[in-house]
Order: sequence, then C-alpha cells, then structure tokens
Amino acid sequence: MTTKPEMTAAEIASAVAARKMSAFDATEAALARIKQHDGILNSFTDVTADRARAKARAIDAEIAAGKEIGPLAGVPFAVKNLFDVAGLPTRAGSKINRDRAPAKRDATLIERMEAAGAVLVGALNMGEYAYDFTGENVHDGPSRNPHDTTRMTGGSSGGSGSAVGGALVPIALGSDTNGSIRVPSSFCGIFGLKPTYGRLSRARSFPFVASLDHLGPFARSVTDLALAYDVMQGPDAEDSACTTRGLEPTLPLLANPVSGLRIAIAGGYFQNNVFPEAVEAVGRVAKALGATQVVDMPEAARARAAAYVITTTEGASLHLDRLRKRPNDFDPAVRDRLIAGAMVPASMVDRAQKFRRWYRAQLAEIFKSVDVLLAPATPCTAPKLGQVNFNLDGVELPVRANIGIHTQPISFIGLPVVAVPVPLEPLPIGVQIIAAPWREDIALRVAYALEKLGVASAPTPRGL
Amino acid sequence: MAEPLDDYIDAVSKALALPVEEAWRPAVRANLEVSLRLSRLVDEFALPDETEPAPIFTV
Repeated sequence: MTTKPEMTAAEIASAVAARKMSAFDATEAALARIKQHDGILNSFTDVTADRARAKARAIDAEIAAGKEIGPLAGVPFAVKNLFDVAGLPTRAGSKINRDRAPAKRDATLIERMEAAGAVLVGALNMGEYAYDFTGENVHDGPSRNPHDTTRMTGGSSGGSGSAVGGALVPIALGSDTNGSIRVPSSFCGIFGLKPTYGRLSRARSFPFVASLDHLGPFARSVTDLALAYDVMQGPDAEDSACTTRGLEPTLPLLANPVSGLRIAIAGGYFQNNVFPEAVEAVGRVAKALGATQVVDMPEAARARAAAYVITTTEGASLHLDRLRKRPNDFDPAVRDRLIAGAMVPASMVDRAQKFRRWYRAQLAEIFKSVDVLLAPATPCTAPKLGQVNFNLDGVELPVRANIGIHTQPISFIGLPVVAVPVPLEPLPIGVQIIAAPWREDIALRVAYALEKLGVASAPTPRGL
Repeated sequence: MAEPLDDYIDAVSKALALPVEEAWRPAVRANLEVSLRLSRLVDEFALPDETEPAPIFTV
C-alpha cells in the first residue's frame, strides 16, 4: 500500500495494524514530504529523522512478533519546539534558549503519544517564547500558511498549524495560553483542541503564563484529534495543575447525536470587531446545527483585558532575569512588551485574577442552560506576512494585538474548545466550539457532526 | 519633551535593575500605556472584598 499525503492518523494506524503499510514506510513518507515542502513552509526547526526511523522499525518489529500495538502505531507527529525532546535544547522560539543543555527526557505528552505507537518526526517553529499571534519569528523566519505562503500561519503554534495544514504530518502538538492553538487552526484550516485548563500535563514543556498555559493537539480530522487527546489524558505529578480526574475517552462518543444538545451563538462582544468572513463562518456552523439562540457572555471585553494583564505580567516575571542579562538577544517586539509587563503594578494583577473568579461564575451560570457556545476563532482569515494593521469597521487597528480578541476571553477561564475549520474561499477560517469545563467530549461531538455534515473540513493545501 | 510615563519607567527600571535603552523607550512606553489602559478596565469593575483570585478547574 502506498501512502498519500492527506492520509489521516486513523487511516495510517489502521493500515499499519492490518500490515498493509509498515510504520517505516509511513514515517519515510512524512520525512519525504517534509523534505519536499518545508523549504517553503518553514514549519520545522528540527527534523528527528534518525530517531523516527528507529522508532518506526521498533513498531514494525513488534507487529512482526505479534505483540499488541497502540492506537497510533506508525502515525508520524511533530511538536512545537517548547516541548522537551530528548537530545535537543528546548528553544521555545528563542535565540537565548539554544544555549540550554539538551533535554534529557521527552515531555510527558510526547511519551504518551509514543507509548500509543506514534512516531515523533521533529520540532516545530513558533513565535518567540509563545508571546505571539502571528507565527512570525525573527530568529528562524516565519512559518508560512500552506494555503497561501505569502500569508501568516497565526501563532504562536505557527509551525504546528503549517505542518498539519500542509499535510506534512497528520497530528501536531502545540500550546495555547491566549489562543495559540485556535488561531493557527483558524488561519491554516485545521482542527485544534484546547482542552480544559489542567486536563493535559504540561510537564517538561517550556512555560509562558503558568495560570493560563494549556497544551493540545492539531489534526486534519476530528477522529484524529480525539485519538490524540485520549491517549494523552491522565494525571501527572510533575505538573502541579494537572487534574487527578480519571480518563474520559472521547473517541467512543464522537458519533453520538447532537440533536439533544443546547447550542447557542455567543453574542455581543463576539459579534463585534469581525470581518464578514468570520460572520459567514459562524453563520454556516450555527445553521447546520440549528442554533438560533444568542447568549451574551457578560464583560467579555474586560475578561480579555484581564487575560492581557495576567499574561504580560506573569510572562515578564518568567523572563525577568533574561531581560536583565540578554535583552539584545530577544525579538525586540517581545522584549519591549515584557519590559512593560514588568512595570504593571501588582495590585492590577491581583484585580485581574479576582475578576477571573467572578467571570468564571458568570459562565458557569450560562452553562446551566447551554451545552455549547459558538464564536469566531479569529476576526479574519490569514493576514499577509508582515502586515501591521487591518481596517475593521473603518478603524485602523494593529493586527498582532487583535488576532486573539475572540480566543482570550475563553482560555482566560480554561474552558475546553475545539476550533473547527470552515473552508471558505479563498481562505479557510475557524469557529470555536466552546463547552463547559471537562466536557471536551461535547465539543468534539459537535465538531464531528459538523465534519460529517461537510460544514467543517481541512482543505487540501493549495500553496504548495 | 518627556512623556508622562517616562519618570515612572525610569523609576521602575532602576528599582528592578531592568535596562531600558533609549531606543526601546517609545515601544516600552506604548506597550505600558496599553497594559495600564487594560488594567484600568479591570480595576473599574467593582468586586466584593471576599473575592478569591484565579480559578483552576480541579475536582
């Protein structure tokens, strides 16, 4: 059996398990595609070909010996370069971190993916220290959008969006503090899951904002997203925020009907500051699901402001010593934001964290009468690389600061979200399927229904 | 002419031993203005004295 570029993880794993394809051939196909296209996409910063081939051979040997294999056997995947990969310094998009000693052990989520049979093929480009919504990086160059390589991938998990959107790998892992999984999913036309805060271990990944950081998967299908999410669940004493809840597999629930779910459209703030394509995408999703009720999330603008304040101050605290000792080795835009963050009075941060409690209670009330909220993932499709401003409702606004305005109020209180790609022309755009805490199963179920209805799908990359 | 935040930037920079070169100052000031404007938006919202900070979803 030959491989084809857009095989899903489920298709590869099924073919490998049935001995129609070897894990080695699946891995070689991914490595060849990376070699063919990554010169343009710039999604990988490290290709771990030797490691990947060794792992693939080991899986094939297990199959030959009749041993039981995992649900992702032979599936190539890659990770944002803030995940520890044994043998590589964890650069987190920075120049400074390249001086770190090579990681001694993989991040927990890599270990769990590989325990399920997946094959790590490399580490991915990202915005410096994850303080980014564009996917641009002054040290490594920008990751490029697979549908139009003159455009942004979105960030900060830009390489993850580019690698999956360009079908170099079927699954990638990334991080999301304020939108860094959902924004690249939107711009690159793929599915992304930002789980509930604390659901997936962050052990041995480089942090940004401890009280907002999440890790999660990207994929070209909802089944692949659920496959990856399910094998990565589980408590981990090495991440103090990681939940002790038991495993809650979502894959068996994907095809359950959505007809009984109470689905509403996020109103007010989420219907403002959007381009027509975002309105069109939310409208298509709502129509397909029969959702007509509009629900306002109170004080969403203030929630976004509070997330901004917590991010800039906690980020500044994390990097304070590097700002003192190596300020010229930062991306200047990141450095100047972090220095300003160090100067925000502590009382403002405490106010923001207290507001977070209040806002969470308001949303908990909403989720008593609603199961799912729909909102844009980004206000627009992918802007041009280097674009500084866009014109929204006649107002000139900075692109960088406004890409994440619809994702920040959601991750602020850790709600689980699946970003689904709506394949508009000429570029795709994402919609957030937002559920109550710990109800990833519901968000994935709705995403799966949209995929089956043909409303959400990952378009074939046209920029390659 | 000095901008209103410049004295504050100088004082905090000194207190934290955090270098701010002159070339960076306009960008640092612009970012600080945004952070303080958004902080004010949060600050203006009255909360009960008993409000606890930051939720983490744990069982």
